[in-house]
Amino acid sequence: MTDQAQILPGTLDILILKAVSLGPLHGYGVLLRIGQISGQALLIEQGALYPALFRLVRQGLLKASWGTSENNRRAKFYELTAAGRKRLREQVEGWNRLATAMGSALAAQPEEV
Amino acid sequence: MKLLAYFRSMGEKFFRPSQLSQEMDEELRSHIALRAEDLERSGLDPEEAQRRARIEFGGEEKVKEECHQALGANLIETAIQDVRITLRVLRKSPGFALAAILTLALAIGANTVVFSIMNAFIIRPLNVPHAESLYGLWRLQDDMSESYPDYVDLRDRNHSFDALIAYNVNEVALDTGNNPSRSWIEEASGNFFDGLDVHPYLGRFFHTFDEHGPNSAPYVVLTYKYWHTHFHDDRGVIGQNVLVNKHPYTVIGVAPPGFHGTLLFFHPDFFVPIVNHDIDAGTQLNNRRSHWVFMTMGHLKAGVTPGEAVTDLNSIGQDLLRKYPKDEGKMTFKLVRPSMYGDYIGGPVREFVTGLMLLASLILLAACANLGSLFAARAADRSREVALRLALGSSRKRILRGVFTEAILIALVGGAVGLSGSILLLRQLSVWQPFPRFPGYLTVTPDANVYALALLLAIVSGLLFGAVPVRQVLQTNPYEVVKTGSSGRIGRRITALDVLLVLQIALCAVLVTSSLVAVRGLAHCLRSNFGFDLNTMLAETDPPMVGYSGDTVPALQKRMIDALKAIPGVESVGLSDALPLGEGSNYSNVFADTTTDLRPSNAAMNPVIFKVSPEYFQAAGTSLLSGRSFGWHDDKDSPRVAVVNGQFARRMFGSIQSALGSYFKMPDGTRTQVVGIAEDGKYDRLTESPKAAMYLPILQSPSASSWMVLRSQRDPQELGAAIRSTLRQVDPALPVYIQTRYNALDTVLFGPRMATLALGVLGMMGAILAVVGIFGMAAYSVSKRLRELGIRIALGGQRKEVLQAALSRAVKLLVLGSAAGLSLGILASRVLAFVVAQATPRDPLVIAGVVFAMAVMGLLATWIPARRALSVDPLRLLREE
Repeated sequence: MTDQAQILPGTLDILILKAVSLGPLHGYGVLLRIGQISGQALLIEQGALYPALFRLVRQGLLKASWGTSENNRRAKFYELTAAGRKRLREQVEGWNRLATAMGSALAAQPEEV
Repeated sequence: MKLLAYFRSMGEKFFRPSQLSQEMDEELRSHIALRAEDLERSGLDPEEAQRRARIEFGGEEKVKEECHQALGANLIETAIQDVRITLRVLRKSPGFALAAILTLALAIGANTVVFSIMNAFIIRPLNVPHAESLYGLWRLQDDMSESYPDYVDLRDRNHSFDALIAYNVNEVALDTGNNPSRSWIEEASGNFFDGLDVHPYLGRFFHTFDEHGPNSAPYVVLTYKYWHTHFHDDRGVIGQNVLVNKHPYTVIGVAPPGFHGTLLFFHPDFFVPIVNHDIDAGTQLNNRRSHWVFMTMGHLKAGVTPGEAVTDLNSIGQDLLRKYPKDEGKMTFKLVRPSMYGDYIGGPVREFVTGLMLLASLILLAACANLGSLFAARAADRSREVALRLALGSSRKRILRGVFTEAILIALVGGAVGLSGSILLLRQLSVWQPFPRFPGYLTVTPDANVYALALLLAIVSGLLFGAVPVRQVLQTNPYEVVKTGSSGRIGRRITALDVLLVLQIALCAVLVTSSLVAVRGLAHCLRSNFGFDLNTMLAETDPPMVGYSGDTVPALQKRMIDALKAIPGVESVGLSDALPLGEGSNYSNVFADTTTDLRPSNAAMNPVIFKVSPEYFQAAGTSLLSGRSFGWHDDKDSPRVAVVNGQFARRMFGSIQSALGSYFKMPDGTRTQVVGIAEDGKYDRLTESPKAAMYLPILQSPSASSWMVLRSQRDPQELGAAIRSTLRQVDPALPVYIQTRYNALDTVLFGPRMATLALGVLGMMGAILAVVGIFGMAAYSVSKRLRELGIRIALGGQRKEVLQAALSRAVKLLVLGSAAGLSLGILASRVLAFVVAQATPRDPLVIAGVVFAMAVMGLLATWIPARRALSVDPLRLLREE
């Protein structure tokens, strides 16, 4: 738990979109899923999650509906809209480009310059 | 899609705020519950798990607030919240709210009224297509009038105008079947409607091809308004035969609604072709010397500049002068806007309205300054509340937003009240007919421009006076205020607000001074000598309207005079073709006896001319300085004689003595002997410098226009009825208009009265504003120094000292402002003298009046703050603070 990475600003939205893209989730579920898919490396502050969810709903990237959780508790479930799916694709591409660029930039050796 | 989601979230937030909060609560609760269950599974006991879950989650309220913000629509919600709070706060201080709203309503109302007038008279062009290229012809030697032959030459020979059109204003009797009534008409050239590109509402207009020489087109085109009021929208009116001055005419059309010719303030009843002008027996259509055509104008051809048009017209003028040297004078032109008779009416109106606009904006500025100081006083009173809110974590931004919400709200309400008031006022103005005998209207309809301006003014002024307490709020130090109370520093410096206050007190004093000067001037000039008596009765008749012409006119005039003289109580009866200070005078050139070449440029002078009956001088109260009056023996067969006024005598002959018995020549060459000298008088305007005038016997220079002047001690009402029935016996068809000589001055008094009224109204507004301003300032200084005053009272301070401490600053500002204003007002009154005769500010009554008015205002404004200062209860104050 000690070497959890600080998430970069602006990455919360893409993580939420990714988490939800794997299947409808309630808020707490989103937290768990992000932890799970990042190998518990990324941890999100619980209070910061909800404003982000509301913002994504407002932008039309997520839609919400009330349902029942696995242990029979009423909860609000989020899923991707078509626009959300498109946005996720764009952001993943962007992120990959950035990561590759950062990776090769940081891997550069003195003799390659 | 995205937009839809956005609006849905906005909408939910807006319309179902409570449901949204509930859902949010539920979602967060379920989150915490889920987390707690997980923790329980990892071995914690339920209570501890709950606690841990809550701690991990953090501040629930903070999250909810952030969620709300994330949902957007926050702006509107907080605005609504702000408005709600503001309303609640204002309800607690209704006096403040009322004073602020009233002040602003007055100021914005004044601005909308003045701007509407400016919009209607100056900004908005005439209601005809392409009004911007429409120009009227003005003769530099004279005015806009032309003779008909000159007009025809100018029309046919110019290369600058699409169509040069002309019209004349006249008054006739219209008889639609045994009910002759007076109507104001425009005699229009055949190309009038086509040249203006106006199309009939009903029937047809007359055109150039309808004109075949004098009296060839007996057609009537009604204005929409006259058709509506006098023919009750009867479409069958087309083709109906009517009598105009006893001549048969046919109604051929109705003009479109809103079209009333091209003179802004004049609304004629109908139009007739100008070629039928001979129905007015006074002038002949083809006389080149008689400049009776009221106005000529036209649209400039595309690409022709006004300068080129003037050159074109001037060359025609030169040619005409060469051709008709006996009839024409020098003829050079300028182009003017026709809607207000060039600068003749347009100039004064523009100046007056611009002046009013300036004053009105000053008033608004003053109002803003006042409200600013009221707001500052209020902020000072509320500094504790502000400090508390700051200490409890409210942001300064939020508090400032509250202040501005309050300011804008007051501004909007004030603006709305002001706008509705001004619309009511303008509606009254539009139906008001200032001169009962003349269809002149000041039609002002507020349009989108006006509403936009009112809104803009409200918002801008709200921001302006809302900004005043900003610094106060920003500088509030919550700890200091809560600890020590609000006394803080007492402003000893001269602030911008003080300067503004002095300025507006000065402005108010200027307005009060000017209006008092105007009122006194008006009253004074009504007592001065006009060269005739005001206590007479007038009866106006127009014999040509009922078919009199040539020799039947003098016979009728003699019969009317004799009949009126027989009325019991009537001392004398006179007749004149025109009235001094009436609706416009006639002028005629006169020549020295030695002049033989009688072209207009050789004229000795151009005096006012009256054609009067023998007893006129006696009846009108115009005294003769020497010589004799006329008698009935001064007729066509006897030598020509004249009575001239002192000014005429001095300018033509050097002195009154040498004038008596001397001769001069009329334009037609008649030698005329001066047999009497009358006193000087006022003829066109109250403010005119002395003018030459002459009187000719009506039997030698016949005129159909007949104003009867009666001298009698009887009650005007009673006498009026007697005159009416007497004249009905002379000729039952004769339309008669009866009024007192005093009422007939309405026309010339219109300007001065309007100026006095406007100054009075503005003075009142200025006074109200100054009172509010002083009040705000005094209230502020009292509330800032309450503690000090309390201590003074506790230490046994005298009432006088307390008052002095509390109010000396306000009083000083008042005295300073009033003194400045009074001296400025005295200077400004020199300008006033042009409008109101004998307006002199060096009048002890005026100065006393101003001082009194300012003192009363000061008393009014400081009354409440003074009471508050005196009623300070030191015990309570010291306990509280």
